[in-house]
Amino acid sequence: MDIELMINSFPKLLNATLITLKLLSASLILGLFIGLGFAILRMNNNKFINKFAYGYSYIFRGTPLLVQIFIIYFGLGQIEYLRTTFLWIVLKEPYWCAIIAFSLNTGAYTSEILRSAFQTIKPGYLEAGRSLGIPSKIIFTKIQIPIAIKQSLPAYGNEIILMLKGTSLASTVTLMDLTGVAKYIISTTFKPVEVFIVAGGIYLFMTFIIHNVIKYLEKKYGFQT
Amino acid sequence: MELLYFGDKGWGDELFFATLMTIAVSITAMIIGFLFAAIFTPLKLSNNKILNSIGNAYTTVIRGVPELLVIYLFFFGGSGAIMFVASIFGYNDYIEINAFLTGSFSIGIISGAYSTEVFRGALQSIDKGQFEAAKVLGFNRYIYFFKIILPQMLRLAIPNLSNVWQITLKDTSLISVTGLVEIMRQSYIAAGSTRDPLFFYSFAAVLYLMLTFLSMQLLNRLETKYNKGY
Repeated sequence: MDIELMINSFPKLLNATLITLKLLSASLILGLFIGLGFAILRMNNNKFINKFAYGYSYIFRGTPLLVQIFIIYFGLGQIEYLRTTFLWIVLKEPYWCAIIAFSLNTGAYTSEILRSAFQTIKPGYLEAGRSLGIPSKIIFTKIQIPIAIKQSLPAYGNEIILMLKGTSLASTVTLMDLTGVAKYIISTTFKPVEVFIVAGGIYLFMTFIIHNVIKYLEKKYGFQT
Repeated sequence: MELLYFGDKGWGDELFFATLMTIAVSITAMIIGFLFAAIFTPLKLSNNKILNSIGNAYTTVIRGVPELLVIYLFFFGGSGAIMFVASIFGYNDYIEINAFLTGSFSIGIISGAYSTEVFRGALQSIDKGQFEAAKVLGFNRYIYFFKIILPQMLRLAIPNLSNVWQITLKDTSLISVTGLVEIMRQSYIAAGSTRDPLFFYSFAAVLYLMLTFLSMQLLNRLETKYNKGY
């Protein structure tokens, strides 16, 4: 055990954790909007729109995140046309490519979580709202969404943790996030166990916090449905 | 399409063998995972506090740390650990372990943590009366476990195990960082030498989709088979 290396690498790894957290929060926020959009499309009665939303979530959940990042980072740059548009400013940065890939990926999972949450809402609530003459827009925002949020909290908590682990793939497209820096230290010092303990400890600490925040929210919003 | 020709001209045969490699690694990892689950599930269910916390530590750490970090640990640490053991026996040359073994072992440990949780959940949701009845009737341990508990556990576990299989299959893409030539690594090589990354990575995505689709088809059949009595 090289305690000195562990102490020395701690600040470097903590610094890299900032990038991990930035990637995580950006992709979760974008992913939530994408997920909500596709969940609404999934509940549409039109067959094509429904199939399109299902195909989206099927493709993104059926392929590894690594493939998705590589297609966006290495693949899209190949299209000459894209290089001339303003999109290229975003797509040439590995940071933004990673965020796009992560948000599309987590969006697919989130849409499934939200869809099943919407579908478990008892029809009685909607009927009660309708018979009271509440407009359907308000039924959606004031009745369906709050219940769906409550229903989907446990599953969404898992998704946040999966995404936290997913951000480690950013290191494969040259980003120096927590895993990227850990790999760099391992490959220069050849002390994998020590670095693993420190970096793994930071990840575990973050999972612990996320887990407890979700638990607290579940309790707070835990009304009976 | 020329890029996919078999033989010297295209990458069809290389990608075909890479797909077989992905399947082989996934299956090996899944089996290694079951071995780990067989060890850690009893620990998680045990009443002994020390054994229990060992089981909990395994599933918490592995499921809370990114897969890539675990793979780096075994990739960089694996040969070091083996060389250390060998040096005790007086063998001091450099030992390189097979990328296939390191890969399947690290993915296996990850998949084992998920399998452990699945088996624990399944065992806990079997009706208590089943355990008691089997004991009261005086069955020996073999029949008790293999003929009464295991079939009921499998029925409950299979739907979740197919999720674990999906996760494991997708995780194998990560061992491309160790240089094992599976779908991802082969696409990386092909993309590098043809300068056509968009095509090859998209094709890799199609291959993974095919694998997940076909294996889900098979697993659903297994699920209905085990659900027959219900």
